Amino acid sequence: MSETSSVTVHAPGLAHHFDSYEQQKETSLLGMWLFLVQEVMFFGGLFVTYVYYRSLYPHAFNVGARELDVLWGTVNTGVLLLSSFTMVVAVMGAKHGSRGGLLAGLWGTIGFGLLFLGIKYVEYSSKWEHQLVPGLNFDWHGEAARGIEIFFSLYFGMTGMHALHMVVGIAIMFFMLRPAARGKWTPENHNFVEGFGLYWHFVDIVWIFLFPFLYLIGLASE
Amino acid sequence: MSTNVAAEASHPAPGDKPVHYLNWAYGVRSWLLTTDHKRIGILYLISITFFFFIGGIYATLIRLELLTPQADLVQPDTYNRLFTMHGIMMIFFFLIPSIPAVLGNFCIPLMIGAKDVAFPKLNLASWYMFMIGSTMAMFSLITGGVDTGWTFYTPFSTTYSNTYVAPVAIGIFVNGFSSIFTGVNFMATIHRMRAPGMTWFKLPLFVWSHYATSLIMVLGTPVLAITLVLVALERLFHFGFFDPAYGGDPVLFQHLFWFYSHPAVYIMILPGMGVVSEIIAAFSRKPVFGYRFVAFASLGIAAIGFLVWGHHLFLSSQGVYAGMIFSAISMMVAVPSAVKVFNWMATLFRGSIEYSTPMFYALGFIGLFVIGGLTGVMLATLGIDIHVHDTYFVVAHFHYIMVGSAVMGYLGGLHYWWPKITGRLYSGFWSHLSALLIFLGFNLTFFPQFLLGYLGMPRRYHVYPEEFQVLHVLSTAGASVLAVGYVIPLVYFLWSLKWGRVAGDNPWQAAGLEWHTSSPPPVHNFTTPPVLAPDAEPYHYDEELLTGTPSPELA
Amino acid sequence: MSFSDFQLIPDGASTLASKVDALYFFALAVSAFFSLLIAVLIFFFFVRYRRRIDGPQVGERIHGSTPLEIVWSAIPFVITMVMFVWGAMVYYEKSQVPADAEEFLATGKQWMWKFQHPEGHREINALHVPVGKRIRITMTSEDVIHSLFIPAFRIKQDVLPGRYTTLWFEATRPGTYHLFCAEYCGAEHSRMIGSVYVMEQDDYQDWLSGGRSGLTPAESGAALFTQHACDTCHKEQRTGRGPSLHGIAGQQVRLASGRTLTRDDAYLRQSIVHPGAELVAGYPLLMPTFQGQITEEGILHLIAYLKSLSAPAAEYSPPIPPEGAEQGPSSADPSEVNP
Repeated sequence: MSETSSVTVHAPGLAHHFDSYEQQKETSLLGMWLFLVQEVMFFGGLFVTYVYYRSLYPHAFNVGARELDVLWGTVNTGVLLLSSFTMVVAVMGAKHGSRGGLLAGLWGTIGFGLLFLGIKYVEYSSKWEHQLVPGLNFDWHGEAARGIEIFFSLYFGMTGMHALHMVVGIAIMFFMLRPAARGKWTPENHNFVEGFGLYWHFVDIVWIFLFPFLYLIGLASE
Repeated sequence: MSTNVAAEASHPAPGDKPVHYLNWAYGVRSWLLTTDHKRIGILYLISITFFFFIGGIYATLIRLELLTPQADLVQPDTYNRLFTMHGIMMIFFFLIPSIPAVLGNFCIPLMIGAKDVAFPKLNLASWYMFMIGSTMAMFSLITGGVDTGWTFYTPFSTTYSNTYVAPVAIGIFVNGFSSIFTGVNFMATIHRMRAPGMTWFKLPLFVWSHYATSLIMVLGTPVLAITLVLVALERLFHFGFFDPAYGGDPVLFQHLFWFYSHPAVYIMILPGMGVVSEIIAAFSRKPVFGYRFVAFASLGIAAIGFLVWGHHLFLSSQGVYAGMIFSAISMMVAVPSAVKVFNWMATLFRGSIEYSTPMFYALGFIGLFVIGGLTGVMLATLGIDIHVHDTYFVVAHFHYIMVGSAVMGYLGGLHYWWPKITGRLYSGFWSHLSALLIFLGFNLTFFPQFLLGYLGMPRRYHVYPEEFQVLHVLSTAGASVLAVGYVIPLVYFLWSLKWGRVAGDNPWQAAGLEWHTSSPPPVHNFTTPPVLAPDAEPYHYDEELLTGTPSPELA
Repeated sequence: MSFSDFQLIPDGASTLASKVDALYFFALAVSAFFSLLIAVLIFFFFVRYRRRIDGPQVGERIHGSTPLEIVWSAIPFVITMVMFVWGAMVYYEKSQVPADAEEFLATGKQWMWKFQHPEGHREINALHVPVGKRIRITMTSEDVIHSLFIPAFRIKQDVLPGRYTTLWFEATRPGTYHLFCAEYCGAEHSRMIGSVYVMEQDDYQDWLSGGRSGLTPAESGAALFTQHACDTCHKEQRTGRGPSLHGIAGQQVRLASGRTLTRDDAYLRQSIVHPGAELVAGYPLLMPTFQGQITEEGILHLIAYLKSLSAPAAEYSPPIPPEGAEQGPSSADPSEVNP
């Protein structure tokens, strides 16, 4: 509660325009949820494009999907799920004032995130070698080349956008390490960690959709 | 820490000049690194004014070229760049930010009794996103421009155009973050930062309309973002989404593009409607008639606005039945708009009306919005659209809304809150005169274009059949009057900063929390944070208010 | 600039024009009525309720009236619904291409219009048509999106690459009328214009016989069919490696994927340009793509040719081979009829 004098002594970590930690926390989380809603719309545009082209070229999409390595895709799915687990560890650490937990969680998430990106690099290189990169290095002999090229355009577009979001997330985590080590985030105020956790989980969920849409359709019999 | 400095600065010693958000610190850093919503509003004000005049210069060149049926002023390639950049500048770098980023940023925290928006640093970031994006686009313009039309239809934009499509697309993409951040900020602010006692139905309608606008900004802009990404990918890497030569579908682009760009027009008009509600109430000294209906109408327009994008694709081979569905829903969006107009009229009824400049703009808004809106209904009528789609009828329609209404709403709001923002009053004579010049110039510019459209004059033509010349001459004549009308406020507003009469807290004697603090306001908006009584009303006008005693509603 | 020929609306020269104009005038009247009403009311209130020194300094505190809100929501709703229905009816008529119309072809390209009459006459940026005959134009673009707009006929239709769109009209008044491109298409968009010459039927016949007709679209298509050796695989009596193409236009076909669809113009085009996209059941993909080898105009000619081929004596039906069996029609019983 602010006093009638406007020269207030602000509690540590409480921004001047908020009246209480609770208001600050609820507002921060609301802001992050709103941001995630617009991320849903962003990826939604990609999914709409995918659904449309898949309805036009159903066979080609299945054929194209078979060129993807379901094993690597599954491993990556596991890696991301683990990274969400470490993210929860980090948030719990901040919530309970455990600096060690927070740092371990952040490092773990960074590690799994980098592992994911490394595997993606392996996959992308393989696509380049097999000449499956539309526009830049694409060569497909056989039926349905057109649909397959669109499939790969979507593959790179969607996983690329997703990877970009992961890069941004990992970069932010690197910037979080120092303040985390210095105890900036306390049980009363760890909104940044919690908000970032929401973002990371969202990025994970996007992958949960990308994986079946791009990889698993290759398991179809046609 | 700047916080403490500001805290001290808002308590000057008695007898000192009052300290407020403008003078507590000078220097470039205090402006470029500010997190004060009021200063950020001013930063936006300067930037968008710059882009308005650049866009206006393009418009001038366009209208000059169209004076004659032949191409005598510019080459076709140049003309195509002119109308493209005019559209891009005006829509993305002027209209969409205008009211929300300038007036919304400045007024919303004041109106709800808060110290700032929910995320002040995000607010500053949104301005930087705007500056980076618009600078990228400007740079592309200077080095060669774009000639695709602001609508970027494929495959022309992705494959055939020889201009800087990708850089401009990326510039607009970056600029989109400005909208998204602003929208997120406003929604969180309105939800969480209202003063004690300020319930939803005590909010000024300006806040309701900005909430509705923010919904659209947050939900719609990302779809434009991904569409621009796909265009850039196709342009740079031939990824094949929208060009049939690569297996893509050009109509898919149109669907994705208009899914944002139609709601975008509601981003451009809803804030203006909010301004009009405030002005009509203030200068009739009456509550807005049908407050809840107006509030819900804003939300209704935002919601229905997401369902009508296909009315831009009636002739694009989207399908007959799809066209009918979109036409029917488009009709429905007219209803909440009409409801607002009727409620404003009813607010005037038995009011005590003051002939102020903001009131001139607000009434001009209503009249021109009715014409723009009804011609919109005509365009949504399938049988008429067959003939007038892609003609000057459409150009006239959207200028009636975007210029006749939205810009006048912006100017009205600027004139209304200028004393609060700057602490100064401006010349009544010149402001009334320019409002009239703008109204008359506007109608002379754009009414002939309705006729041109039905006669068959297509859009984006820089040469045309001779029989259209008369109407084009009228239109250009009107544009010259309009231009004069726009320049005059620049002069008297700047003049007022130094020589205008001091405004005082509440020169209009209006209701609203923003008028219960100093002009200009202190850094943290209120020396005593307001608390509202349970029986407070948003537009409470009583004879006592006018004597300057504090409203009994402030507990 | 001449004020004496000043017009408010263009001449109407088609059966659709008067319908569009009637709808337009209705909408205009409604709009004008409400615009004037509101303008007058604003002005009236502005004057009547202006603040006077000796009058009330604040307005009357009227908060609202729900019945009034319902009334002034319902009335605009009803009016707009009337406009919707009427507009939809006119639009529906515009979109229902009559089956008995004369088939013209049009190709839009940067920056010209190429038309072809069913008799074979070609025109660039000009179109001669007779009065009183229903005419349909099947259109495609060779590059970007264009739009064919004839103001006097009150019709317009986008012209897309990779796809066919159709517009139809019946001209009613002889004269010369504008023809425009109405979808921005690049540098010379404003010059992608021409004229429509509507003539009395006798004059039109004279014009037809006076000019060099060249080959009809179907004849051109036949030549292309031979030139590109289509008849190597597509024989009339299903003895080739590909399906017979006689009498197939507009008929249903079963695809390899199990779907059934109609062999319309779009399907026929796709079969030439992307043969693998929608394979007919019972046939392997042997056909090469002809994209880039045949122009859009050529494809339109081929389609016209296919439409001119009537069905062969035996009833044609693609056999569905049992799973794993050798593909190819030659092993199937030609008289087998698909359920």
